[in-house]
Amino acid sequence: MGENQLPEAAVAREWLSTMTLIRRFEERAGEMYAKAKIGGFLHLAIGEEATIVGSARAMRDDDYLISTYRSHGHAIVRGTNPDKVMAELFGRVDGCSKGRGGSMHMFDLERRFMGGYGIVGGNLPIATGLALGADYQETDDAVLCQFGDGAANQGTFGEALNLAALWKLPVVFMVTNNQFGMGTALARHSAVTDLHKRGDGFGVPGMRCDGMDVVDTYEVTTEALRRAREDRQPVLVEAITYRFRGHSMADPEEYRTKEQVEEWRERDPLETFAARLADEGMLSEDDVKEIDEEAVSIVDEAVAFADRSPHPEPESLYDDIYVFGDQVRGWYTVDERAAGVHRGERERDEPQDGARREQFQAVVDSQDAEV
Amino acid sequence: MATTQDTEQRKASTSNGGGGGTKTLRYREALNEALREEMHRDESVFIMGEDIGVFNGAFKVTQGLLEEFGEKRVRDTPISENTIVGAGVGAAMVGLRPVVELMTVNFSLLAMDQIVNSAAHIRYMFGGQVSVPLVVRMPQGAGHQLGPTHSHCFEALYLHAPGLLVAVPATPADAKGLLKAAIRDDNPVVFIEHEYLYGQRGEVPDDEDHVVDFGRAAVRREGEDVTIVGISRMALTAEKAAQELAEEHEIEAEVIDPRTLRPLDLDTILASVRKTNRCVIVEEGWPHGGVGANLAALIQEQAFDDLDAPVGRVTGADVPMPYSKPLEQIAFPHEPQIVQAVVSTFRDV
Repeated sequence: MGENQLPEAAVAREWLSTMTLIRRFEERAGEMYAKAKIGGFLHLAIGEEATIVGSARAMRDDDYLISTYRSHGHAIVRGTNPDKVMAELFGRVDGCSKGRGGSMHMFDLERRFMGGYGIVGGNLPIATGLALGADYQETDDAVLCQFGDGAANQGTFGEALNLAALWKLPVVFMVTNNQFGMGTALARHSAVTDLHKRGDGFGVPGMRCDGMDVVDTYEVTTEALRRAREDRQPVLVEAITYRFRGHSMADPEEYRTKEQVEEWRERDPLETFAARLADEGMLSEDDVKEIDEEAVSIVDEAVAFADRSPHPEPESLYDDIYVFGDQVRGWYTVDERAAGVHRGERERDEPQDGARREQFQAVVDSQDAEV
Repeated sequence: MATTQDTEQRKASTSNGGGGGTKTLRYREALNEALREEMHRDESVFIMGEDIGVFNGAFKVTQGLLEEFGEKRVRDTPISENTIVGAGVGAAMVGLRPVVELMTVNFSLLAMDQIVNSAAHIRYMFGGQVSVPLVVRMPQGAGHQLGPTHSHCFEALYLHAPGLLVAVPATPADAKGLLKAAIRDDNPVVFIEHEYLYGQRGEVPDDEDHVVDFGRAAVRREGEDVTIVGISRMALTAEKAAQELAEEHEIEAEVIDPRTLRPLDLDTILASVRKTNRCVIVEEGWPHGGVGANLAALIQEQAFDDLDAPVGRVTGADVPMPYSKPLEQIAFPHEPQIVQAVVSTFRDV
């Protein structure tokens, strides 16, 4: 740290602001999970903010980002309103995926954030397809595909790297090496722990960045995206980072020592970057405080927004499974006698009242009561 | 690996030239025409798969397309089923209309993650922001002594997943019309062909806009006494059985080919059952959790009072497919089993 060139002050400040926003957002999400406002799994990226912000800031607006089940920060860094991200965590209708996806499945088409995916390694083939689409349509858009060190052991890793290199697709594969595939340490799940070297056999050159350093991550990703875009050369970037919290909220962290966590916390990407900016005279202590207060207030508003947002209507249960058109009017039956869109299932055509409505309301009431 | 048994030259003889006529095509030729016409019609349509280009396709469905459309639109891929389908998903999400060929339905199991977790779910789990207009084509079926990894019928697996459309064409006309409809549709489609049918000839409308809508069953033969529903190749086997039933047993069977399983034209099936009061479902796949099991449940739920006998099922044997020719032949339905199942619905009434 400190060798690379800092960006201009306004840019540096924006990077710190966004990293801080992601940190405060994640912390609050954890609190909301403890309060049962958020269900399912919640995977926090605390500690990985420099990897997220440094890499995403190397992208153009028209580039595609695709990520994993740890993707709240990826939506936020691409500009998705934190209100909508928090509402998605709350399972509400104003969530970025209308409460259908939850923590693991954020999405924002408008900002070309092409989703978080819940299957480890499942997003690499899709990223290759996004790059194929960009190439086929003769654009100069590129794709940044992020996944964890655990995903580097999936078959899709080799398959997707090979295909991307074979077809010279504009994609950067970024392995966010946070040292653990869930609870299995890197050295216990990978024979070759220098993950950036793993692309060589597939014709995908590797680069490595300090994922705890937003500037280094930015510089390396910028070069990787340039090669992907201009040279049609896919690149594998390994970002060395660490998650300070457990794999998910349901993680007793028996696989690592407190000392190890403390060691990495000394390299906290927010604190080290803020300190460097202060050293360079680009930021005062008041500025850092202001940035933090601003982040907290955005997160406060996001929680309030999510809380205000209604639950999806029970009638929306069957929405958006299919695109209905002239030929596909339903999937259960085609009924000449029925007017308009016919979804088929008899129960869907009737209002969701009776037992199902009661069940729905009972869950809503119990959620409200738990807070 | 599967290779074609049938390499005749493509010979399309026009029997009734001009608009409104038909021509005789093999099933594989009809599929080839559908791909060719849709690729001419829409620049966003492209095809990819293992050995579909230089090799012209393991079953020659893609014969000549590389030469005609070039490497950008006819893409030979590595043997990476999950990634080929996933790449199709990604390309479809940004506005293209990929048609992915998998060499057999058994190989599609390697792509089950992308077909179900991605293609089928993406629209729903992302709140309707995107659609996935992807077609995944694959052949299935027994009869060529390809043993336990190349011979199965898995339409029931794909029927299971909401978000997918599932087509099982049995004739050249349906193969062409349904494939064109699948390519034009905005939903992910699992398009299941049958290896036995590739070489079969049939009349196909001589019309570039011959599109067969999904969710419309075909009544292959009309009859008053019993309804036989035949899936995929079994629609044809059922027709032959119906002939025998008429000649040997004085039973007039109505044969229905659903053509697509999602959406399913249940109304046509129910209307027939209400007329005949008897139903036998024929499929090549396994009995447990099969298409027939599902359809029998739907029929008894909705037409119980119209049934004079339990819904009968004729299915493939509950075994991995054996290689031995005689064993293989008894492991999937033929006319005698269908005749027997139909006749048994007339007992004890």
